[in-house]
Amino acid sequence: MPETMRLHEQIGRLARQIAETANQPMAFMEVCGTHSHAVGRYGLKQLLPDNVKLLSGPGCPVCVTPTGEIDWAIELAARPETIVTTFGDMLRVPGSKSTLADQRARGALVQVIYSPMQALEIAQKNPTKQVVFIAVGFETTTPTVAVAVQHAAEMGLDNYTILCSHKLIPPAMMLLLESGEVKLDGFLCPGHVSTIIGAAPYQQIVDNYHAPCVITGFEAHDIMKGLYALVKQSAEGRAEVENEYSRTVRSEGNPAAREVVRSIFEVTDAVWRGLGLLPGSGLKLRPEYERFDAAKRFGLKPSGAGEHPLCHCGEVLRAVTLPVECEAFGVACTPEHPLGPCMVSSEGACAAAYRYERGR
Amino acid sequence: MPDDIIKLAHGGGGLQMQRLIEQELLPACDATYGRGGEDAAVLPGAAQIVLTTDTFVVRPAVFPGGDLGKLAVCGTVNDVAMRGARPVYLTLGLVVEEGTEIALLRRVMRSVRDTCKEAGVALVAGDFKVVERGSGDGIYANTTGVGFPLLPEPTSIHRAQPGDAILLNGPLGQHGLAVLAARGELELMMTVESDCAPLAGLVATMVEAGGAGVHALHDPTRGGMAAGLNEIAAASGVGMELEEGAFPRDVGVEGGCEVLGLDPLQVANEGKVMAMVAPEVTEQVLAAMKAHNYGADSALLGHVVKGPAGRVAMRTMLGTRRIVDMPSGELLPRIC
Amino acid sequence: MCVAVPAKVIEIEGTRAMVVVSGAKLHAQLELVPEAEVGDYVLVHAGFALQVMNAEEAEETLALLQEARQLA
Repeated sequence: MPETMRLHEQIGRLARQIAETANQPMAFMEVCGTHSHAVGRYGLKQLLPDNVKLLSGPGCPVCVTPTGEIDWAIELAARPETIVTTFGDMLRVPGSKSTLADQRARGALVQVIYSPMQALEIAQKNPTKQVVFIAVGFETTTPTVAVAVQHAAEMGLDNYTILCSHKLIPPAMMLLLESGEVKLDGFLCPGHVSTIIGAAPYQQIVDNYHAPCVITGFEAHDIMKGLYALVKQSAEGRAEVENEYSRTVRSEGNPAAREVVRSIFEVTDAVWRGLGLLPGSGLKLRPEYERFDAAKRFGLKPSGAGEHPLCHCGEVLRAVTLPVECEAFGVACTPEHPLGPCMVSSEGACAAAYRYERGR
Repeated sequence: MPDDIIKLAHGGGGLQMQRLIEQELLPACDATYGRGGEDAAVLPGAAQIVLTTDTFVVRPAVFPGGDLGKLAVCGTVNDVAMRGARPVYLTLGLVVEEGTEIALLRRVMRSVRDTCKEAGVALVAGDFKVVERGSGDGIYANTTGVGFPLLPEPTSIHRAQPGDAILLNGPLGQHGLAVLAARGELELMMTVESDCAPLAGLVATMVEAGGAGVHALHDPTRGGMAAGLNEIAAASGVGMELEEGAFPRDVGVEGGCEVLGLDPLQVANEGKVMAMVAPEVTEQVLAAMKAHNYGADSALLGHVVKGPAGRVAMRTMLGTRRIVDMPSGELLPRIC
Repeated sequence: MCVAVPAKVIEIEGTRAMVVVSGAKLHAQLELVPEAEVGDYVLVHAGFALQVMNAEEAEETLALLQEARQLA
């Protein structure tokens, strides 16, 4: 066998080790949507024995944004004085009546950007417009937005705000264990969130719930390594934090990035689609940066909009319902005409299931 | 919610565009001359002709590897060629926005001339309109192409047969990424150039090598190879099995796609042809492709299978299988 | 939950770097990793470098993936 077979050999070996080690039915959750996407793309579930189940979690920022906040973004886009800037992910997510893409087609100025810094440039170039950035994302993304707000403050930009929907992952993980709705034997922890927060936050999960937590990356062999570590801990009755993504994640995370976030944002309670109001699970701008808060500047009022009656994204996000078990899946709800965010976002559990696993 | 206005996703080459064409455009077409979905129509007359038309609205008008003029000729020449035909005549209609620099027009027209020459087509009729500033975006171009079939039975997306080999002439996604990067909105500076190229010559050598064994040809433009294969599979009522490891690769495209969270299979091409050819001529056709300037990286990607009809599946490099789905809507960079 | 890619820093100007991912070049902000130097691998997300990677492990992984792809 040539040396170049190393990767495939490694993955095959991990698959065998997982099968040999899993001595009982086990269910793990990949918290992160990018993991769900990669699992689908590489077809990794096919390499797992029947007694090892992998469930998708709430780690898709677009998916957990409640309908009411999406309605806010749409409402802002509809105002004549605004330019709404957004990551591409958000464009097609349905609010209660339309989407940002709909608003754009009707003449609203909606611009897809790749970096939060681009919103600042757009604000500078359009001094007569109000530029709003739809700030979604977990711990990975918040530092980038924090830096942008910091720059905006230094530049004295008065036509730039953010609609802040940032959320924190560990509280959601704890809620899932706390509720006990789904039996979970451990977490595949989000690699890129961990880059920022490090390993420490998972220690409370391990300590309080005796649930193994393994940080891993997004290549096929990373995920298989992470799963093997989980299976092994589980089989041996251990619960520890392990880092299988040491090429990127340091146990201390990125303290400098956390400091920037802390200087701009403070922790607040937040509403998650599917999970409800979670204490201490969101971020809001600190009082000294409140002038950059779009909800305040534009006097946005909670819309109280509910979710589509056929949409079960909430249950899917808690892994209570699998995408294929939802009656709307592939029928009333498709990537072309999504009812809920899990079918829109590439990271959504439904989109991944529809794209890669349907009728395979 | 059903759509009551046109959105960018309706032009994305995916399912939404397909639906719009079926519901709003095809009803006005004469079904005697084809069922829609083909790259060009094959029409009766003193001799059969192949006819197609296409409109080009690329922004920016100049991008690494080409410009609007080259694209407008290649797009139409390639669509004619996809019916196993030799493109011969071309018309060109231009809609130019007031204020557009004449230097740009000149550049576009120089590319039109050069590309026509390379493709062996004659530009025989044209039209030129100027619209008020603000009601267009630089230059829009429409080209209509006429060609003659090289085979008694034209190649067709309805003719892929179980057992056919699926061939492709090079790596995917170069045009789409080059244009995306050239817009300068995504902080991405690519080293990738558009693959924009007239494929009349390549197709002629393929047809010469494979004769009637060349069943279906299709150029994977908007929506990329994922859309193209799904279109053929649906039209022919067949399935497809691909090998992920067999695809020709471009590391620049892969890097760009990784950064933007895109799938190269869904990104547009303007110089690629997918061919479904009978097993007995596969070797000859592939050899002919590899010998051609625009086919050096050609590869056998997989096979057409009986069914399930319309399903395109791929065996990953790990030996697992996944679906290659029809893309939906607009190609959007994502961060999550 | 976040598309982030390993990239090599090839140029630094103030708080902005030029980085390379396979053949694609892009700008990345360095405010979150002020220690980054030319030649380092960084993890890039939404236009920002989030962490300086362990060079040895990053290169090993890249080589492993590269091999696997070329083999196929």
